[in-house]
Amino acid sequence: MTKTNTTPPTLHVAPSPHAADTALTTRRMMIDVLIALAPAMAMAVVVFEWYAVTQVGLCVLVCMGVEAVLERLRGRKSSVGDCSAAITGIILGLSLPWSAPWYVAVVGSVAAIGLGKTVFGGLGCNIFNPAMVGRAFVMLSFAKELGAGAYVFTEAKLAVLTQATPLSIAKQFAADLAAGKVIAGDAVVQLHAAEDIWTLLVGWVNGSLGETSAIALLLGGIYLCIRRTASWQIPAGVFVTALAFVELGYWINLTPFEPLQHMISGSLIFGAFFIATDPVTSPVTSTGKFIFGMGIGLLVVVIRLFSGYPEGVMFAVLLMNAAVPLINRWTIPRPLGKYKREERREGREERGERREERNAPGLRSGG
Amino acid sequence: MTAIATFATRKSTFAGGVHPSEQKHLAAESAVEVLPAPEQVLIPLLQHIGAPCTLAVKPRTEVAPGDVVGQADGFVSAPVHASLAGATARTAMVTLPNGRHVPAVPIKAADSQPLEGDALWEDIFGGDWPTEGLDVYRPQQIADAARAAGLVGLGGAAFPTHVKLTPNEKKPIGTLLVNGCECEPYLTADYRLMIEAPGPVITGALLARRATGASKVIVCVEDNKPQAIESIRTAAAGAPVQVRVMKTKYPQGGEKQLIAAALGREVPDGGLPLDVGVVVINVGTAAALARAVVRQKPLTHRIVTVTGSGVRRPKNLLVPVGTSYRTLIDHCGGLNDETAMIIAGGPMMGFSLGSLDMPVTKGTSGITVLSAEDVWRPDETACLRCGRCVDVCPMRLLPTKLALAARAGNVELARRHHVSLCMECGCCAYVCPAGLPLVQLIRLGKVMVK
Repeated sequence: MTKTNTTPPTLHVAPSPHAADTALTTRRMMIDVLIALAPAMAMAVVVFEWYAVTQVGLCVLVCMGVEAVLERLRGRKSSVGDCSAAITGIILGLSLPWSAPWYVAVVGSVAAIGLGKTVFGGLGCNIFNPAMVGRAFVMLSFAKELGAGAYVFTEAKLAVLTQATPLSIAKQFAADLAAGKVIAGDAVVQLHAAEDIWTLLVGWVNGSLGETSAIALLLGGIYLCIRRTASWQIPAGVFVTALAFVELGYWINLTPFEPLQHMISGSLIFGAFFIATDPVTSPVTSTGKFIFGMGIGLLVVVIRLFSGYPEGVMFAVLLMNAAVPLINRWTIPRPLGKYKREERREGREERGERREERNAPGLRSGG
Repeated sequence: MTAIATFATRKSTFAGGVHPSEQKHLAAESAVEVLPAPEQVLIPLLQHIGAPCTLAVKPRTEVAPGDVVGQADGFVSAPVHASLAGATARTAMVTLPNGRHVPAVPIKAADSQPLEGDALWEDIFGGDWPTEGLDVYRPQQIADAARAAGLVGLGGAAFPTHVKLTPNEKKPIGTLLVNGCECEPYLTADYRLMIEAPGPVITGALLARRATGASKVIVCVEDNKPQAIESIRTAAAGAPVQVRVMKTKYPQGGEKQLIAAALGREVPDGGLPLDVGVVVINVGTAAALARAVVRQKPLTHRIVTVTGSGVRRPKNLLVPVGTSYRTLIDHCGGLNDETAMIIAGGPMMGFSLGSLDMPVTKGTSGITVLSAEDVWRPDETACLRCGRCVDVCPMRLLPTKLALAARAGNVELARRHHVSLCMECGCCAYVCPAGLPLVQLIRLGKVMVK
């Protein structure tokens, strides 16, 4: 028994816990998102060919560049390596139409990182989803370049891609129906021919770059939920609510699209799995996440059916982002061993204390 | 008791919690070894939660194992006893793993000890342990014996046991839970005790039942310890003791979590288990209680797990209280080159040490030595508000909010989110993808609120 063998070279002294789940890091979460986006990106390239590559590539490059420059201006360590700017770029790029001119992508990316993220204090501090801030910015600035007409893919080899997006068609039909230009039965027949479920699932359909293929998006989305990088409560909330309200809308003839067609067309799936699940801009509790998802689902349907826009995921997400602090406040869990009655009593005591303070002579004499 | 009927059909557990890598295989199969008497022990005069002891022996006094070294004056206190035969020296200050400086009595071992090796094991855990006829002991007598023996909770918190066992007419006890969860990774001391000496555990549980007047005794063991479950079941055959298999999850062994898991009851904030009619004692405490009551022997020895990838030969040892960590590690073949961190206790709630010259106390359940690979952490990033800490918090707090409050120095926010309810189990920091020091920040918040 010698004493030398108990003298280690360096001893770490740290507060507990001394164990951590190292398989689970911020970086790993970001890589998960990249992996999950791969099928949708691949499908975008298949459908839109080079347009997808240049659009997404440009957004990613500008986002990372802007992030690097702005973090440098703030005197911070470069945060480009955490991949969050790249993800913002990909999501922004995938949410644009194929025809968006280069300056739309650039302005959108600058707005996403600058206005959406850095002004709030960088990663983890932003209130609104950066990619959606960027998209909303360009959508309002360049209404023509991003309007329904921008989506018509004139150079496609497949006939279906030269048409308007499914939701634009639905919107048009709904408007025509209301104006009495078409007969209800006719409209539905035509729609079915153009937008049967299988086409929508696979993605041989027009739309924003990343939103066309429901299968590719579901694949990536389910992967994210299994890895628990995305909280399943958010997409679950979105789908359940959207389905319920779209069913209602279909039932009272507000839309010619069948509920299932609604669910898998447009960017509902993309938004539910990839945009709404941004942890920074969604609530922290499971209940809160579900409520957040429900809010998005409802707003998407409301915008689709009642507004001038054919699609509403972007505004729905932004609106619900604004409600997140409120949802967080509503869904504070009751700690173990804290009873409702007790909390009420404590609240009373607190208020009582404040009343006493207000009535204290020193404070009253001031008036 | 409908709750019990529902819970009996499936494995019980609590909400929240994590599944850290168990690493129990390192020491699980090594039978408890009796440590040869060390040259010297250092008996701290404060080894429990409560008032410190007052010195009861003069320097250069001959003491025998079991002689009182420090007397307990307050109610929430427990005396300390000599764990070796030998001569005392002048009191010295010693730093315990939790950072407290306390006076300690050194005892230099005599050349020969009255009991050594197997004889010592036989004296502490061997022989027959009655499961019937325990009614001859009056409840107060059992509590007094626990106090005289210096019994404290051996699970780690070291709360004086007689306080829990003293009959209380205002708050009747319905259920006695015997905690054999040992949810902390790496540690196997309770596991080996349940396998090798289930007799005293059952006897102690029945004595505690007699003292508290509980109608039910449930021994709770996690399902990752099938051998221990079998062993306890066999020993408990015929006795009014239930064995409950729990779904393995950290921190199941936390008192409030165990009560929630086993009985579905919530201990009120600021209250004690007896407020919901429950008393929880650790399996090690139960065994020590049996010895204190049936054999009138004080708590002088305990089982300590020495384990981790940095120890050459991980072992479970029966050691005298006051033995230095260095002696234990030497006995286990010393440290290997990969050693990066030495922890008193397990990796989730243990204290990392800067020195091995510390004595084993009554509450020391193990020494975990981690390698550089085990303690590696990625760099801290910004909080993503992903909410994983909220999902795993067994107290249903919002660790992210508490950390934010602590960082900002916002006392009001910390108080509003009940920072003082945090038991520092470490689940939040374990899962945090951003690698934030959540527990450290929450501790800071607790100090702020005080």
